[in-house]
Amino acid sequence: MADLSIDFAGIKSPNPFWLASAPPTNTGDQVMRAFDHGWGGAVWKTLGDPIVDTSSRFGSIDVGNQRMVGFNNIELITDRPLEVNLREIRECKKRYPKHVVIVSLMVESKEDWREIITKVVDTGADGIELNFGCPHGMCERGMGSAVGQEPEVLKTVAGWAVEYSSIPVLIKLTPNVGDILEPGVAAAEANVHGLSLINTIKSITGVDLDRMVPHPVVGKQSTNGGYCGPAVKPIALHMVAALARDPRITVPISGIGGIATWRDAAEFLALGATSVQVCTSVMHYGFRIVEDLIDGLSNFLDQKGMKSVSELTGRAVSAYTEWGDLDLNYKVAAHVDTQKCIGCDLCLVACRDSSVFCIHTGEHPLPAGHRAPSRDAAIARAKETGVKVTWVDWDECTGCNLCSHVCPVPDCITMVEDRNGKPFESWNDRIAKGTNKVPGGLHD
Amino acid sequence: MSPDPRPPAPLSDSRLERQLADAKPLYSPGEAVAEANRCLYCQDAPCIAACPTGIDIPTFIRKIGTGNVQGSARVILSANLLGYSCARVCPVEVLCVGACVYNDWHRYPPIQIGRLQRYATETAFTNGSAPLFSRAAANGRKVACVGSGPASLACAGYLALEGMAVTVFEKRAVPGGLNTTGVAPYKMHAEGALAEVDFIRGLGVEIRTGVEVGRDVAPADLVREFDAVYLGPGLGGDSSLGIPGESGDGVAGAVAWVERLKLEPGFRLDGVRNAVVIGGGNTAIDAARELARLGVPSVRMLYRRTAADMSGYAHEMEHALLEGVLLIERAVPASFTRDANGRLTGIALADGRTEPCELALLAIGQAKLGALARQFPGVEVDASGRIVADSSTGRTGNPKVFAGGDALTGGELVVTAVQDGKRAARSIAGALGVKVREDSPMHAGHE
Repeated sequence: MADLSIDFAGIKSPNPFWLASAPPTNTGDQVMRAFDHGWGGAVWKTLGDPIVDTSSRFGSIDVGNQRMVGFNNIELITDRPLEVNLREIRECKKRYPKHVVIVSLMVESKEDWREIITKVVDTGADGIELNFGCPHGMCERGMGSAVGQEPEVLKTVAGWAVEYSSIPVLIKLTPNVGDILEPGVAAAEANVHGLSLINTIKSITGVDLDRMVPHPVVGKQSTNGGYCGPAVKPIALHMVAALARDPRITVPISGIGGIATWRDAAEFLALGATSVQVCTSVMHYGFRIVEDLIDGLSNFLDQKGMKSVSELTGRAVSAYTEWGDLDLNYKVAAHVDTQKCIGCDLCLVACRDSSVFCIHTGEHPLPAGHRAPSRDAAIARAKETGVKVTWVDWDECTGCNLCSHVCPVPDCITMVEDRNGKPFESWNDRIAKGTNKVPGGLHD
Repeated sequence: MSPDPRPPAPLSDSRLERQLADAKPLYSPGEAVAEANRCLYCQDAPCIAACPTGIDIPTFIRKIGTGNVQGSARVILSANLLGYSCARVCPVEVLCVGACVYNDWHRYPPIQIGRLQRYATETAFTNGSAPLFSRAAANGRKVACVGSGPASLACAGYLALEGMAVTVFEKRAVPGGLNTTGVAPYKMHAEGALAEVDFIRGLGVEIRTGVEVGRDVAPADLVREFDAVYLGPGLGGDSSLGIPGESGDGVAGAVAWVERLKLEPGFRLDGVRNAVVIGGGNTAIDAARELARLGVPSVRMLYRRTAADMSGYAHEMEHALLEGVLLIERAVPASFTRDANGRLTGIALADGRTEPCELALLAIGQAKLGALARQFPGVEVDASGRIVADSSTGRTGNPKVFAGGDALTGGELVVTAVQDGKRAARSIAGALGVKVREDSPMHAGHE
C-alpha cells in the first residue's frame, strides 16, 4: 500500500486530506470527530474578533438532479470567544498529536496579529493560515480579500506573521484577482512557508424572483458571497498549477476548490498541490467521505505503481503549457457507438449549430473520398430498429469534442485518435519557421 | 496448505443454459457511474439493514461513482465473500432495492444495487491485478467444510484469510453448489459461479471435488483429522408426489432438471410442446420461466392453492406471466397419464381437470440430508431432517462441528447462506482460539 503521509513545510500529516477553514472546523468536537473518520488535518475556522452572522447565509446552485454543484456563503469568521477556541485547539492537539491542526487567522492591526499569533502558537497548533481570501463582509472591514487583492499590503502583513510565528505560516489566497501570480509571488517574497488556494469567489448565486431579492435572502436584502463547491474546481486547478509551475514559488501548496472525490484530490496533487483542503463536499455528505478519499487515492497510487503520494505531486505540471506550444498536428475524431446511440440527435444539433456539421443520420450522402467508419452500421441499425443512429464524417470532423460532452449516454461518443503521420508542430514552431501566416487575414 | 491446481474447464459449450441470455447485462463503466451517482448516500441506510449480510451499500456505490472500483469490490466482498453471485441471484426487489428510499419518493426508480454490485465485483475479478485481501500468516489450524455451496465457501474463505488451512469437500465434479447447478440461466450461467469459486480458491481454500463425505471420507475421520468441521451440504434430491404414473420418462425433479439444463453437454428439449411445473415456490417459477424462455409453446404452473398463497416471489411470478407462463390454481395432481409406449401425455388433477404435457417438473421441495449429519457424533437432526444448530454461531451438539445454509434452514437464499457461513467462521475462529485481525473482512456487515 502506498505511503499517503506528507511533509508540508515541515508539518507532518498522516495523509494529504485536510478540512478547509469553514463551518465543519468550527469546534473541537467537529475537528476531533473528523480525525476519527480519518481526516489527516484541519484548518480551524478563522479566529479573530468574534462576529455576528446573518440568517440565512448559504446559497446553492443545482444543475439538473444534482444538488449543490456550486455553493456560496455570506458567513463570517468564528462567532465564538477566542479563549474557547484556543482551549479546544489545545485539547485537540493533546488528544490527536499526529493529526494536523492549522489555525486560520484574520485580524487587522500589527499588534493584533502579534498577539493572536502568540496565543495560537502557545496552543501547540502545527501552523497558521492567514485568511487573505474572504470576499464578503470581512473585506468591507479591510480584512480578508481586501488584503489578498493588494500584493504590497499582503506582503507587509505576511511579513509580520513570519516574524511573530515560530510555526509555519500559510497564506490563503483569494481568486478574486486578475493574476494569481501577483499575490502568490508577494507571499513568497515575504518568506511564508506555504500557500493555500483558492478561497471563495465573489458571487451571487441567484435571485428570488418573487421577492426580487438575490440569494441567500436576508429579510428584504442580500449581499454577494463566496462561491465554492464542485463548480469552482477548474478555476482552482488553474490557479494552483499557475503557481506550481512558476519558478519563483518554491513553497508547498495546499489545493482547495471543489474537491469531492479522490480523483479531484489526485488532480490537484498532479498539478502541484502537496495537501488538499475540502469543505463543500463535507457540508453535503459529512466527514465520512474521507474514507473513500484515502481508499481511492491509495488504490490509484498502487495501480500506477507509485510508492508514495509525493510521487504524484506535480506529475502533470510540465504538461500544462502555453497554447502556442500545443501540437497542431494532433488530431482526434468522434466515434458514435452504433449500439449505444439512442437517437436523441443532441450531438447532431450541437455539431450543426455550434461546430462543423459533420454528424449525420441515415442515408445522408457522404462526399467521395470521405471516411465515416460507422456509417454503414448506423444505417443498418436505424433500418432494423427505427432509432436515428448518428454517424460522423471523419474528414469533416475537427475533433472539437463538443458532441462527446453533450451525449447523454455513457461511453457512447468517444474521441478516437486519427493518426495522420504528421510530425509535432506548434504555433510557436511555425513562428520560428516563418510558416505562421494563415491566408485570408486583414493584410491579404 | 496450498490451493489445489485449477481443474480443467469442465463446462461444455453445448449446454442448453447457454441459449438463455443475461436478463440484466453487465453495466459499462459509464453506465455504472451514472447509476451510482443517483445514490443519495444515505446514512444508516435502509438498504444495509435489508441486506442479510449487511453490506455497506452506500459506501460501495459511492466508490463506483468516484472510480474506485477496487475499493468498492473490497467493501462488498468483506461483508459478503460471495457478493458477486449474490449481486446476480439475490431477490433484490424484496431486499436492498426494495428498501431504497427512492421507493417512497415516487419520483425516480430505486437504485439498481444488484447491477452495481455485479459491476464492481466482476470488474475487480476481471482486472485481478492487485489481490483484494491480505491473508494472515498460517496458524496451523485445519478446518474441513462439507459441501461447496455458498455457506461452505463463505465459511472457508473467511477462515482461510485468517490463516486457517481449509479443505472443502464436494461430491460433484464441479464446485459451487446451487450457484453452479441451480441458478436460473438468465440470472447467471455456471461460468459465473465458477469464476467466484476461483476467487474463493485464490483466498487459499483447497477444494476437493468428486469426494463425498459419508461415502469416500468417513465423518469420524474428518472430526479427528481437522480442528473443526463445517457442515454446509445443502439439500438432497427433489421430493416426489407419490401418485400413479410418476416414474418414467417425462417426469423429473425441477432441481435435477435445472442441473441438467445448466451442466449437461448437449441437453435439449426436443419434442416438448406442453410442459407443466408443479409447485408454487421460486424453484417452480424459475423452472417455468426457463421453459418459456427456451421456447416451449405451452408452459403451465400447477399450484394446489391460489396465487396469493404462493411462496414464490410476486415479482418473479409477474415476469413469468409476462413471458407467457400460465398459472393454474387449486390444481392438486392425482395421476400422470402415459400412452401405450409409456410416453407422458398429461396429468390428471383431483378435481377431474386434465392438462396435457410431455414434460412435468416437480418443484415441491427437496429432501433433507439428515442422514449425513447424523453420522457426525453429537450432531442432532430435527424431525424434518434439518440439522439442529444455533443460528447465530452455527454451533451443533458437537463442539468441533458447526453447520449452516440450507441444511439448517431447509432452503433459504444464497445471501442468507453466506451470512450463516460468515457467522460460523467467526465462531470457529473463536472456538479454535485464533486471534482474528482487527481489520479482518470477517468483522464486516451484520453480526
